[in-house]
Amino acid sequence: MSDPNAAPLLQVSDLAIEFASPERTIRAVDGVSFSMANGSTLAVVGESGSGKSVTALSLARLLPSPPARVRSGKILFDGTDLLTLPETALRHYRGGKIAYVFQEPSTSLNPVFSVAFQLSEAMALHRHDLTDRRAAGLAALSEVGIRDPERCWKSYPHELSGGMQQRVMIAMALVCRPQLLVADEPTTALDVTIQAQILNLLRDIRSRFGMAILLITHNFGLVKGFADHVVVMFRGKIVEQGPTDSLLAAPRHPYTQALIACVPRLGESKKRLTTIDYDKLDALLSPS
Amino acid sequence: MTNSTLSSPHPDPEPLSPLLLEVEKLAVRYPLPGGFLGRSRRFVEPVKGVSFRIRAGQTVGLVGESGSGKTTIGKAIVRLISPHSGEIRYRQERIDTLSGARLRPYRKRVQMIFQDPHNSLNPRLTIARIVGEPLEIHFPALRAQERRDRAAQLLARVGLPADSLDRFPHEFSGGQRQRIGIARALAVEPELIVCDEPVSALDVSVQAQIVNLLQDLQQELGLAYLFISHDLAVVEHMSDLVLVLNEGRIVEEAPPEELYRNPQNEYTRKLLAAVPSL
Repeated sequence: MSDPNAAPLLQVSDLAIEFASPERTIRAVDGVSFSMANGSTLAVVGESGSGKSVTALSLARLLPSPPARVRSGKILFDGTDLLTLPETALRHYRGGKIAYVFQEPSTSLNPVFSVAFQLSEAMALHRHDLTDRRAAGLAALSEVGIRDPERCWKSYPHELSGGMQQRVMIAMALVCRPQLLVADEPTTALDVTIQAQILNLLRDIRSRFGMAILLITHNFGLVKGFADHVVVMFRGKIVEQGPTDSLLAAPRHPYTQALIACVPRLGESKKRLTTIDYDKLDALLSPS
Repeated sequence: MTNSTLSSPHPDPEPLSPLLLEVEKLAVRYPLPGGFLGRSRRFVEPVKGVSFRIRAGQTVGLVGESGSGKTTIGKAIVRLISPHSGEIRYRQERIDTLSGARLRPYRKRVQMIFQDPHNSLNPRLTIARIVGEPLEIHFPALRAQERRDRAAQLLARVGLPADSLDRFPHEFSGGQRQRIGIARALAVEPELIVCDEPVSALDVSVQAQIVNLLQDLQQELGLAYLFISHDLAVVEHMSDLVLVLNEGRIVEEAPPEELYRNPQNEYTRKLLAAVPSL
Protein backbone atom coordinates (compact mmCIF):
# COMPACT_ATOMS: atom_id res chain seq x y z
CA MET A 1 0.00 0.00 0.00
CA SER A 2 2.90 2.34 0.70
CA ASP A 3 5.85 3.06 -1.50
CA PRO A 4 8.99 1.71 0.17
CA ASN A 5 11.12 4.41 -1.45
CA ALA A 6 9.02 7.28 -0.15
CA ALA A 7 10.29 9.16 2.89
CA PRO A 8 8.91 7.57 6.05
CA LEU A 9 6.09 9.30 7.93
CA LEU A 10 7.82 8.71 11.23
CA GLN A 11 11.46 8.05 11.83
CA VAL A 12 12.70 7.56 15.36
CA SER A 13 16.44 7.22 15.66
CA ASP A 14 18.62 6.42 18.64
CA LEU A 15 16.02 7.69 21.11
CA ALA A 16 17.08 7.61 24.77
CA ILE A 17 14.84 8.85 27.58
CA GLU A 18 15.70 9.05 31.26
CA PHE A 19 13.67 9.66 34.37
CA ALA A 20 15.59 11.54 37.01
CA SER A 21 14.90 11.60 40.73
CA PRO A 22 17.21 12.88 43.46
CA GLU A 23 18.30 9.32 44.30
CA ARG A 24 18.82 7.86 40.89
CA THR A 25 18.31 8.14 37.18
CA ILE A 26 16.50 5.45 35.25
CA ARG A 27 16.96 4.97 31.56
CA ALA A 28 13.48 3.98 30.36
CA VAL A 29 14.22 4.05 26.65
CA ASP A 30 17.69 3.22 25.42
CA GLY A 31 18.76 3.64 21.81
CA VAL A 32 15.43 2.95 20.15
CA SER A 33 15.19 3.29 16.35
CA PHE A 34 12.29 2.43 14.07
CA SER A 35 10.33 3.97 11.24
CA MET A 36 6.82 3.92 9.86
CA ALA A 37 5.57 4.53 6.34
CA ASN A 38 2.43 6.50 5.55
CA GLY A 39 -0.66 4.40 6.17
CA SER A 40 1.28 1.53 7.75
CA THR A 41 0.63 -0.27 11.03
CA LEU A 42 3.32 -0.96 13.57
CA ALA A 43 2.90 -2.83 16.85
CA VAL A 44 5.29 -2.15 19.72
CA VAL A 45 5.11 -5.17 22.01
CA GLY A 46 6.59 -5.45 25.48
CA GLU A 47 5.77 -5.94 29.12
CA SER A 48 5.09 -3.33 31.79
CA GLY A 49 8.26 -1.33 32.23
CA SER A 50 9.69 -2.16 28.81
CA GLY A 51 9.53 1.50 27.75
CA LYS A 52 6.85 1.01 25.08
CA SER A 53 4.44 3.60 26.46
CA VAL A 54 7.24 6.06 27.20
CA THR A 55 8.32 5.74 23.57
CA ALA A 56 4.74 6.31 22.40
CA LEU A 57 4.20 9.32 24.64
CA SER A 58 7.51 10.88 23.64
CA LEU A 59 6.42 11.16 20.01
CA ALA A 60 4.20 14.18 20.75
CA ARG A 61 6.32 15.16 23.77
CA LEU A 62 3.60 14.21 26.21
CA LEU A 63 6.01 13.13 28.95
CA PRO A 64 6.22 15.48 31.92
CA SER A 65 9.66 17.02 32.05
CA PRO A 66 11.05 16.86 34.70
CA PRO A 67 11.32 14.00 35.58
CA ALA A 68 11.52 12.79 31.97
CA ARG A 69 14.44 13.92 29.87
CA VAL A 70 15.37 13.04 26.31
CA ARG A 71 19.09 12.23 26.37
CA SER A 72 19.59 11.67 22.70
CA GLY A 73 17.86 10.88 19.46
CA LYS A 74 15.64 12.31 16.80
CA ILE A 75 11.94 11.99 16.13
CA LEU A 76 11.33 12.96 12.52
CA PHE A 77 7.68 13.30 11.59
CA ASP A 78 7.10 14.12 7.94
CA GLY A 79 10.65 15.46 7.92
CA THR A 80 10.28 17.74 10.97
CA ASP A 81 12.23 16.97 14.15
CA LEU A 82 9.58 17.07 16.86
CA LEU A 83 12.17 17.11 19.65
CA THR A 84 13.51 20.53 18.68
CA LEU A 85 10.20 22.08 17.68
CA PRO A 86 9.00 25.04 19.79
CA GLU A 87 6.00 24.29 22.01
CA THR A 88 3.64 26.52 19.97
CA ALA A 89 4.46 24.73 16.72
CA LEU A 90 4.21 21.36 18.42
CA ARG A 91 0.55 21.99 19.30
CA HIS A 92 -0.25 21.58 15.64
CA TYR A 93 1.05 18.00 15.80
CA ARG A 94 -0.12 17.02 19.26
CA GLY A 95 -3.66 15.67 18.88
CA GLY A 96 -3.79 17.05 15.34
CA LYS A 97 -1.38 15.22 13.08
CA ILE A 98 -0.57 12.71 15.82
CA ALA A 99 -3.65 11.59 17.76
CA TYR A 100 -3.73 9.29 20.78
CA VAL A 101 -6.11 6.70 22.15
CA PHE A 102 -5.23 5.51 25.65
CA GLN A 103 -5.79 2.39 27.70
CA GLU A 104 -8.42 3.57 30.12
CA PRO A 105 -11.20 5.41 28.28
CA SER A 106 -12.97 6.28 31.53
CA THR A 107 -10.02 8.32 32.75
CA SER A 108 -9.10 9.79 29.35
CA LEU A 109 -12.48 11.45 28.93
CA ASN A 110 -13.32 14.41 31.15
CA PRO A 111 -16.23 13.28 33.37
CA VAL A 112 -17.81 16.74 33.74
CA PHE A 113 -18.12 17.57 30.05
CA SER A 114 -20.44 16.07 27.47
CA VAL A 115 -19.23 14.15 24.44
CA ALA A 116 -20.40 17.13 22.36
CA PHE A 117 -18.16 19.51 24.29
CA GLN A 118 -15.11 17.27 24.17
CA LEU A 119 -15.41 16.49 20.48
CA SER A 120 -16.04 20.16 19.67
CA GLU A 121 -12.99 21.16 21.69
CA ALA A 122 -10.79 18.83 19.64
CA MET A 123 -12.21 20.30 16.43
CA ALA A 124 -11.78 23.89 17.67
CA LEU A 125 -8.09 23.17 18.20
CA HIS A 126 -7.29 21.23 15.07
CA ARG A 127 -9.99 21.63 12.46
CA HIS A 128 -10.41 25.33 11.68
CA ASP A 129 -11.77 24.37 8.28
CA LEU A 130 -14.95 22.92 9.79
CA THR A 131 -17.95 25.23 9.82
CA ASP A 132 -20.45 22.80 11.29
CA ARG A 133 -18.79 21.05 14.24
CA ARG A 134 -21.99 19.34 15.29
CA ALA A 135 -22.43 17.69 11.87
CA ALA A 136 -18.76 16.68 11.74
CA GLY A 137 -18.95 15.32 15.30
CA LEU A 138 -22.06 13.28 14.55
CA ALA A 139 -20.42 11.96 11.39
CA ALA A 140 -17.32 10.93 13.37
CA LEU A 141 -19.48 9.15 15.95
CA SER A 142 -21.25 7.14 13.29
CA GLU A 143 -17.91 6.41 11.59
CA VAL A 144 -16.77 4.65 14.78
CA GLY A 145 -19.88 2.50 14.78
CA ILE A 146 -22.04 4.30 17.33
CA ARG A 147 -25.61 3.47 16.37
CA ASP A 148 -27.33 6.50 17.89
CA PRO A 149 -24.86 9.38 17.35
CA GLU A 150 -27.44 12.03 18.35
CA ARG A 151 -27.92 10.46 21.75
CA CYS A 152 -24.19 9.82 22.25
CA TRP A 153 -23.40 13.42 21.28
CA LYS A 154 -25.49 14.65 24.23
CA SER A 155 -24.18 12.04 26.68
CA TYR A 156 -21.69 12.36 29.51
CA PRO A 157 -18.90 9.77 29.76
CA HIS A 158 -20.44 7.93 32.75
CA GLU A 159 -23.54 7.20 30.69
CA LEU A 160 -21.49 5.15 28.23
CA SER A 161 -20.03 1.65 28.54
CA GLY A 162 -16.27 1.09 28.36
CA GLY A 163 -16.44 0.02 24.73
CA MET A 164 -18.57 3.07 23.83
CA GLN A 165 -16.18 5.39 25.66
CA GLN A 166 -13.29 3.95 23.68
CA ARG A 167 -15.25 4.53 20.47
CA VAL A 168 -15.76 8.16 21.49
CA MET A 169 -12.01 8.46 22.11
CA ILE A 170 -11.36 7.07 18.63
CA ALA A 171 -13.95 9.47 17.14
CA MET A 172 -12.18 12.33 18.88
CA ALA A 173 -8.89 11.25 17.35
CA LEU A 174 -10.47 10.64 13.97
CA VAL A 175 -12.21 14.00 13.72
CA CYS A 176 -8.79 15.70 13.64
CA ARG A 177 -7.83 13.62 10.57
CA PRO A 178 -4.44 12.61 11.97
CA GLN A 179 -1.68 11.10 9.87
CA LEU A 180 -0.66 8.91 12.79
CA LEU A 181 -2.92 7.36 15.40
CA VAL A 182 -1.10 6.11 18.49
CA ALA A 183 -3.19 3.48 20.28
CA ASP A 184 -1.60 2.80 23.67
CA GLU A 185 -3.09 -0.46 25.00
CA PRO A 186 -6.50 0.58 23.65
CA THR A 187 -8.23 -2.67 24.60
CA THR A 188 -6.52 -3.76 27.80
CA ALA A 189 -9.33 -2.48 30.04
CA LEU A 190 -12.01 -4.09 27.86
CA ASP A 191 -13.65 -7.50 27.57
CA VAL A 192 -12.27 -9.85 24.93
CA THR A 193 -15.40 -9.45 22.78
CA ILE A 194 -15.24 -5.64 22.93
CA GLN A 195 -11.50 -5.85 22.27
CA ALA A 196 -12.21 -7.69 19.02
CA GLN A 197 -14.71 -4.99 18.02
CA ILE A 198 -12.32 -2.13 18.76
CA LEU A 199 -9.46 -3.77 16.84
CA ASN A 200 -11.78 -4.32 13.88
CA LEU A 201 -12.81 -0.69 14.07
CA LEU A 202 -9.17 0.48 14.05
CA ARG A 203 -8.43 -1.76 11.06
CA ASP A 204 -11.48 -0.41 9.30
CA ILE A 205 -10.73 3.30 9.84
CA ARG A 206 -7.17 2.76 8.75
CA SER A 207 -8.26 1.37 5.42
CA ARG A 208 -10.88 4.10 5.00
CA PHE A 209 -8.81 7.10 6.03
CA GLY A 210 -5.33 5.83 5.25
CA MET A 211 -3.74 6.94 8.50
CA ALA A 212 -0.80 5.10 10.05
CA ILE A 213 -1.48 3.29 13.33
CA LEU A 214 1.05 2.64 16.08
CA LEU A 215 -0.34 -0.02 18.42
CA ILE A 216 1.23 -0.43 21.85
CA THR A 217 0.44 -3.76 23.52
CA HIS A 218 1.70 -6.38 25.96
CA ASN A 219 -0.22 -9.10 24.15
CA PHE A 220 1.27 -10.75 21.07
CA GLY A 221 -2.17 -12.22 20.44
CA LEU A 222 -3.36 -8.86 19.11
CA VAL A 223 -0.55 -8.37 16.62
CA LYS A 224 -1.37 -10.99 14.02
CA GLY A 225 -3.78 -9.69 11.43
CA PHE A 226 -3.37 -6.14 12.69
CA ALA A 227 0.16 -4.86 12.25
CA ASP A 228 2.45 -5.00 9.22
CA HIS A 229 5.55 -4.65 11.38
CA VAL A 230 6.45 -5.46 14.96
CA VAL A 231 8.96 -3.95 17.35
CA VAL A 232 9.68 -5.99 20.50
CA MET A 233 10.95 -4.02 23.50
CA PHE A 234 12.54 -5.31 26.70
CA ARG A 235 13.97 -3.10 29.45
CA GLY A 236 14.08 0.00 27.25
CA LYS A 237 15.76 -1.61 24.28
CA ILE A 238 14.49 -3.08 21.04
CA VAL A 239 15.41 -6.76 21.06
CA GLU A 240 13.92 -7.62 17.69
CA GLN A 241 11.93 -6.01 14.89
CA GLY A 242 10.62 -7.07 11.53
CA PRO A 243 7.59 -7.84 9.37
CA THR A 244 4.82 -9.41 11.51
CA ASP A 245 4.42 -12.64 9.55
CA SER A 246 8.07 -13.60 9.47
CA LEU A 247 8.66 -12.50 13.06
CA LEU A 248 5.73 -14.57 14.33
CA ALA A 249 6.70 -17.56 12.20
CA ALA A 250 10.34 -17.53 13.25
CA PRO A 251 11.07 -15.28 16.24
CA ARG A 252 14.84 -15.08 16.68
CA HIS A 253 15.28 -13.51 20.09
CA PRO A 254 14.54 -15.71 23.15
CA TYR A 255 12.51 -12.88 24.69
CA THR A 256 10.28 -12.65 21.61
CA GLN A 257 9.87 -16.42 21.65
CA ALA A 258 8.84 -16.39 25.32
CA LEU A 259 6.46 -13.46 24.89
CA ILE A 260 4.73 -15.27 22.02
CA ALA A 261 4.64 -18.56 23.88
CA CYS A 262 3.00 -17.20 27.04
CA VAL A 263 -0.24 -16.28 25.23
CA PRO A 264 -2.86 -18.92 26.11
CA ARG A 265 -4.26 -20.63 23.03
CA LEU A 266 -7.64 -22.19 22.55
CA GLY A 267 -7.69 -25.94 22.38
CA GLU A 268 -4.70 -26.44 24.69
CA SER A 269 -6.60 -26.92 27.88
CA LYS A 270 -4.71 -27.70 31.11
CA LYS A 271 -1.33 -27.41 29.45
CA ARG A 272 1.22 -25.54 31.49
CA LEU A 273 1.73 -22.01 30.16
CA THR A 274 5.18 -20.87 29.17
CA THR A 275 6.62 -18.18 31.42
CA ILE A 276 9.55 -15.87 30.83
CA ASP A 277 12.84 -16.86 32.43
CA TYR A 278 14.24 -13.45 33.35
CA ASP A 279 17.47 -14.81 34.87
CA LYS A 280 18.32 -16.55 31.62
CA LEU A 281 17.51 -13.39 29.66
CA ASP A 282 19.65 -11.26 31.96
CA ALA A 283 22.58 -13.62 31.49
CA LEU A 284 22.04 -13.46 27.76
CA LEU A 285 21.71 -9.69 27.59
CA SER A 286 24.49 -8.74 29.99
CA PRO A 287 27.38 -7.16 28.08
CA SER A 288 30.11 -9.40 29.55
CA MET B 1 -26.35 -38.17 42.17
CA THR B 2 -28.99 -37.17 44.65
CA ASN B 3 -29.96 -33.99 42.93
CA SER B 4 -31.93 -34.56 39.79
CA THR B 5 -32.52 -30.88 39.02
CA LEU B 6 -28.82 -30.45 38.40
CA SER B 7 -28.55 -33.12 35.78
CA SER B 8 -25.64 -32.50 33.50
CA PRO B 9 -24.98 -34.31 30.25
CA HIS B 10 -21.31 -34.52 31.14
CA PRO B 11 -19.81 -36.85 33.70
CA ASP B 12 -17.78 -35.20 36.46
CA PRO B 13 -14.05 -35.51 35.80
CA GLU B 14 -13.47 -37.14 39.18
CA PRO B 15 -16.76 -38.70 40.18
CA LEU B 16 -15.35 -39.92 43.46
CA SER B 17 -14.24 -36.60 44.90
CA PRO B 18 -16.76 -35.17 47.34
CA LEU B 19 -19.28 -32.58 46.30
CA LEU B 20 -18.43 -29.20 47.80
CA LEU B 21 -20.71 -26.58 46.35
CA GLU B 22 -24.20 -26.90 44.94
CA VAL B 23 -25.85 -23.86 43.44
CA GLU B 24 -29.47 -24.39 42.53
CA LYS B 25 -31.67 -21.95 40.60
CA LEU B 26 -29.75 -19.03 42.04
CA ALA B 27 -31.28 -15.64 41.30
CA VAL B 28 -29.98 -12.27 42.47
CA ARG B 29 -31.87 -8.99 42.27
CA TYR B 30 -30.90 -5.42 42.84
CA PRO B 31 -33.59 -2.80 43.39
CA LEU B 32 -33.60 0.19 41.02
CA PRO B 33 -33.78 3.65 42.56
CA GLY B 34 -37.22 5.23 43.00
CA GLY B 35 -40.52 4.11 44.43
CA PHE B 36 -42.50 5.37 47.38
CA LEU B 37 -40.23 5.95 50.43
CA GLY B 38 -37.44 4.14 48.67
CA ARG B 39 -39.53 0.97 48.49
CA SER B 40 -38.63 0.25 44.93
CA ARG B 41 -40.87 -1.99 42.91
CA ARG B 42 -38.48 -2.17 40.00
CA PHE B 43 -35.52 -4.52 39.93
CA VAL B 44 -32.68 -5.63 37.78
CA GLU B 45 -31.96 -9.32 37.92
CA PRO B 46 -28.32 -9.92 36.93
CA VAL B 47 -28.56 -13.64 37.78
CA LYS B 48 -31.69 -15.45 36.62
CA GLY B 49 -31.76 -19.00 37.90
CA VAL B 50 -28.30 -20.50 37.64
CA SER B 51 -27.45 -24.07 38.70
CA PHE B 52 -24.11 -25.82 38.89
CA ARG B 53 -21.89 -27.68 41.31
CA ILE B 54 -18.23 -27.95 42.17
CA ARG B 55 -16.43 -31.02 43.49
CA ALA B 56 -13.30 -31.09 45.60
CA GLY B 57 -10.17 -30.44 43.55
CA GLN B 58 -12.16 -29.40 40.47
CA THR B 59 -11.99 -26.16 38.50
CA VAL B 60 -15.24 -24.84 37.13
CA GLY B 61 -14.82 -21.92 34.74
CA LEU B 62 -17.45 -19.23 34.41
CA VAL B 63 -17.11 -17.16 31.27
CA GLY B 64 -19.17 -14.24 30.00
CA GLU B 65 -18.99 -10.58 29.08
CA SER B 66 -19.34 -7.57 31.34
CA GLY B 67 -22.87 -7.53 32.68
CA SER B 68 -23.43 -11.27 32.20
CA GLY B 69 -23.73 -11.73 35.97
CA LYS B 70 -20.55 -13.72 36.55
CA THR B 71 -19.13 -11.54 39.32
CA THR B 72 -22.55 -11.41 41.02
CA ILE B 73 -22.59 -15.21 41.13
CA GLY B 74 -19.12 -15.21 42.72
CA LYS B 75 -20.18 -12.66 45.31
CA ALA B 76 -23.34 -14.59 46.14
CA ILE B 77 -21.31 -17.76 46.68
CA VAL B 78 -18.94 -16.13 49.16
CA ARG B 79 -22.01 -14.39 50.59
CA LEU B 80 -20.88 -10.85 50.00
CA ILE B 81 -24.43 -10.46 48.74
CA SER B 82 -27.60 -12.43 49.48
CA PRO B 83 -29.50 -14.35 46.83
CA HIS B 84 -33.06 -13.38 45.98
CA SER B 85 -34.10 -16.98 45.44
CA GLY B 86 -32.59 -20.39 44.92
CA GLU B 87 -30.28 -22.38 47.15
CA ILE B 88 -26.57 -22.51 47.78
CA ARG B 89 -25.37 -25.58 49.67
CA TYR B 90 -21.87 -26.30 50.86
CA ARG B 91 -21.15 -29.87 51.85
CA GLN B 92 -24.90 -30.47 52.00
CA GLU B 93 -25.54 -27.49 54.27
CA ARG B 94 -27.61 -24.49 53.19
CA ILE B 95 -25.46 -21.39 53.39
CA ASP B 96 -27.67 -18.92 51.55
CA THR B 97 -29.84 -18.55 54.67
CA LEU B 98 -26.98 -18.11 57.14
CA SER B 99 -25.81 -14.73 58.34
CA GLY B 100 -23.32 -13.07 60.67
CA ALA B 101 -21.29 -15.32 62.95
CA ARG B 102 -22.98 -18.45 61.61
CA LEU B 103 -21.25 -17.85 58.27
CA ARG B 104 -17.81 -17.89 59.85
CA PRO B 105 -17.09 -21.64 59.52
CA TYR B 106 -18.10 -21.39 55.85
CA ARG B 107 -15.85 -18.43 55.23
CA LYS B 108 -12.91 -20.47 56.46
CA ARG B 109 -13.62 -23.00 53.73
CA VAL B 110 -14.43 -20.72 50.84
CA GLN B 111 -12.22 -17.76 49.97
CA MET B 112 -12.11 -15.25 47.14
CA ILE B 113 -9.41 -13.51 45.11
CA PHE B 114 -10.26 -10.37 43.21
CA GLN B 115 -9.62 -8.82 39.83
CA ASP B 116 -7.91 -5.63 40.82
CA PRO B 117 -4.89 -6.29 42.99
CA HIS B 118 -4.56 -2.54 43.55
CA ASN B 119 -7.92 -2.05 45.22
CA SER B 120 -8.27 -5.35 47.05
CA LEU B 121 -5.33 -4.86 49.43
CA ASN B 122 -5.50 -2.27 52.21
CA PRO B 123 -2.74 0.22 51.32
CA ARG B 124 -2.08 1.08 54.99
CA LEU B 125 -1.38 -2.44 56.20
CA THR B 126 1.90 -4.30 55.90
CA ILE B 127 1.89 -7.57 53.99
CA ALA B 128 2.34 -9.42 57.30
CA ARG B 129 -0.91 -7.86 58.58
CA ILE B 130 -2.79 -8.45 55.30
CA VAL B 131 -1.91 -12.13 55.19
CA GLY B 132 -2.06 -12.52 59.00
CA GLU B 133 -5.52 -11.00 59.49
CA PRO B 134 -7.50 -14.05 58.34
CA LEU B 135 -5.40 -16.11 60.76
CA GLU B 136 -6.40 -13.83 63.64
CA ILE B 137 -10.05 -14.47 62.86
CA HIS B 138 -10.03 -18.13 62.00
CA PHE B 139 -7.12 -19.39 64.10
CA PRO B 140 -7.46 -17.30 67.29
CA ALA B 141 -5.22 -19.68 69.23
CA LEU B 142 -2.14 -18.68 67.21
CA ARG B 143 0.31 -16.30 68.89
CA ALA B 144 1.59 -13.24 67.02
CA GLN B 145 4.92 -14.84 66.17
CA GLU B 146 3.22 -17.98 64.90
CA ARG B 147 1.01 -15.87 62.68
CA ARG B 148 4.04 -14.09 61.31
CA ASP B 149 5.84 -17.37 60.63
CA ARG B 150 2.77 -18.74 58.90
CA ALA B 151 2.49 -15.58 56.79
CA ALA B 152 6.16 -15.95 55.80
CA GLN B 153 5.57 -19.55 54.73
CA LEU B 154 2.55 -18.51 52.66
CA LEU B 155 4.48 -15.75 50.92
CA ALA B 156 7.28 -18.17 50.09
CA ARG B 157 4.68 -20.59 48.74
CA VAL B 158 3.30 -18.01 46.30
CA GLY B 159 6.80 -17.01 45.19
CA LEU B 160 7.39 -13.73 47.02
CA PRO B 161 10.73 -12.80 48.64
CA ALA B 162 11.10 -13.25 52.40
CA ASP B 163 11.55 -9.51 53.01
CA SER B 164 8.00 -8.83 51.75
CA LEU B 165 6.48 -9.17 55.23
CA ASP B 166 7.15 -5.64 56.44
CA ARG B 167 6.52 -3.89 53.17
CA PHE B 168 3.34 -2.20 51.93
CA PRO B 169 1.17 -3.05 48.88
CA HIS B 170 2.36 -0.06 46.83
CA GLU B 171 5.89 -1.48 46.80
CA PHE B 172 4.75 -4.42 44.69
CA SER B 173 3.90 -4.88 41.03
CA GLY B 174 0.44 -5.99 39.87
CA GLY B 175 1.48 -9.62 39.57
CA GLN B 176 3.12 -9.60 43.00
CA ARG B 177 0.01 -8.03 44.51
CA GLN B 178 -2.10 -10.78 43.01
CA ARG B 179 0.28 -13.26 44.68
CA ILE B 180 -0.33 -11.48 48.00
CA GLY B 181 -4.10 -11.83 47.44
CA ILE B 182 -3.60 -15.54 46.80
CA ALA B 183 -1.49 -15.92 49.98
CA ARG B 184 -4.23 -14.19 51.98
CA ALA B 185 -6.84 -16.54 50.55
CA LEU B 186 -4.67 -19.58 51.31
CA ALA B 187 -4.07 -18.47 54.92
CA VAL B 188 -7.24 -20.09 56.26
CA GLU B 189 -6.59 -23.35 54.38
CA PRO B 190 -9.74 -23.17 52.24
CA GLU B 191 -11.20 -25.95 50.10
CA LEU B 192 -12.66 -23.69 47.42
CA ILE B 193 -11.43 -20.37 46.06
CA VAL B 194 -13.63 -18.10 43.96
CA CYS B 195 -11.22 -16.43 41.53
CA ASP B 196 -12.94 -13.35 40.08
CA GLU B 197 -10.99 -12.27 36.97
CA PRO B 198 -7.68 -12.84 38.78
CA VAL B 199 -5.53 -12.27 35.70
CA SER B 200 -7.54 -9.78 33.64
CA ALA B 201 -5.62 -6.73 34.83
CA LEU B 202 -2.21 -8.32 34.24
CA ASP B 203 0.22 -8.47 31.32
CA VAL B 204 -0.02 -11.77 29.43
CA SER B 205 3.46 -12.72 30.62
CA VAL B 206 2.41 -12.20 34.25
CA GLN B 207 -0.94 -13.84 33.57
CA ALA B 208 0.93 -17.01 32.58
CA GLN B 209 2.82 -16.99 35.91
CA ILE B 210 -0.34 -16.58 37.98
CA VAL B 211 -2.26 -19.23 36.01
CA ASN B 212 0.62 -21.68 36.54
CA LEU B 213 0.80 -20.78 40.24
CA LEU B 214 -2.94 -21.45 40.68
CA GLN B 215 -2.57 -24.80 38.92
CA ASP B 216 0.43 -25.76 41.08
CA LEU B 217 -1.44 -24.85 44.26
CA GLN B 218 -4.40 -26.91 43.14
CA GLN B 219 -2.20 -29.96 42.55
CA GLU B 220 -0.47 -29.55 45.86
CA LEU B 221 -3.37 -28.62 48.12
CA GLY B 222 -6.31 -30.23 46.32
CA LEU B 223 -8.08 -26.89 45.97
CA ALA B 224 -11.26 -26.39 44.01
CA TYR B 225 -11.70 -23.20 41.99
CA LEU B 226 -14.57 -21.27 40.56
CA PHE B 227 -12.62 -19.40 37.89
CA ILE B 228 -14.42 -16.34 36.54
CA SER B 229 -13.20 -14.51 33.43
CA HIS B 230 -14.30 -12.81 30.24
CA ASP B 231 -11.44 -14.47 28.38
CA LEU B 232 -12.40 -17.90 27.09
CA ALA B 233 -8.77 -18.81 26.31
CA VAL B 234 -7.79 -18.47 29.98
CA VAL B 235 -10.95 -20.16 31.28
CA GLU B 236 -10.43 -23.04 28.91
CA HIS B 237 -6.87 -23.38 30.13
CA MET B 238 -7.81 -23.59 33.78
CA SER B 239 -11.06 -25.51 33.84
CA ASP B 240 -12.39 -29.06 33.99
CA LEU B 241 -15.84 -27.76 33.14
CA VAL B 242 -16.77 -24.46 31.51
CA LEU B 243 -20.07 -22.64 32.08
CA VAL B 244 -20.92 -19.98 29.51
CA LEU B 245 -23.00 -17.22 31.01
CA ASN B 246 -25.09 -14.76 29.01
CA GLU B 247 -27.50 -12.25 30.53
CA GLY B 248 -27.71 -14.06 33.83
CA ARG B 249 -28.29 -17.55 32.44
CA ILE B 250 -25.99 -20.46 31.68
CA VAL B 251 -26.33 -20.98 27.94
CA GLU B 252 -23.81 -23.77 27.57
CA GLU B 253 -21.95 -26.17 29.82
CA ALA B 254 -19.19 -28.46 28.61
CA PRO B 255 -15.64 -29.68 29.24
CA PRO B 256 -13.17 -27.29 27.60
CA GLU B 257 -12.09 -29.50 24.69
CA GLU B 258 -15.70 -30.11 23.74
CA LEU B 259 -16.62 -26.45 24.03
CA TYR B 260 -13.74 -25.53 21.76
CA ARG B 261 -14.30 -28.24 19.16
CA ASN B 262 -18.04 -28.28 19.06
CA PRO B 263 -19.67 -25.19 20.54
CA GLN B 264 -23.44 -25.60 20.61
CA ASN B 265 -24.56 -22.10 21.41
CA GLU B 266 -24.38 -19.01 19.23
CA TYR B 267 -23.06 -16.93 22.11
CA THR B 268 -20.27 -19.43 22.82
CA ARG B 269 -19.21 -19.20 19.19
CA LYS B 270 -19.10 -15.42 19.52
CA LEU B 271 -16.83 -15.69 22.56
CA LEU B 272 -14.58 -18.18 20.77
CA ALA B 273 -14.34 -15.92 17.73
CA ALA B 274 -13.26 -12.97 19.88
CA VAL B 275 -10.16 -14.75 21.22
CA PRO B 276 -7.13 -13.45 19.32
CA SER B 277 -5.30 -16.23 17.53
CA LEU B 278 -1.60 -16.60 17.03
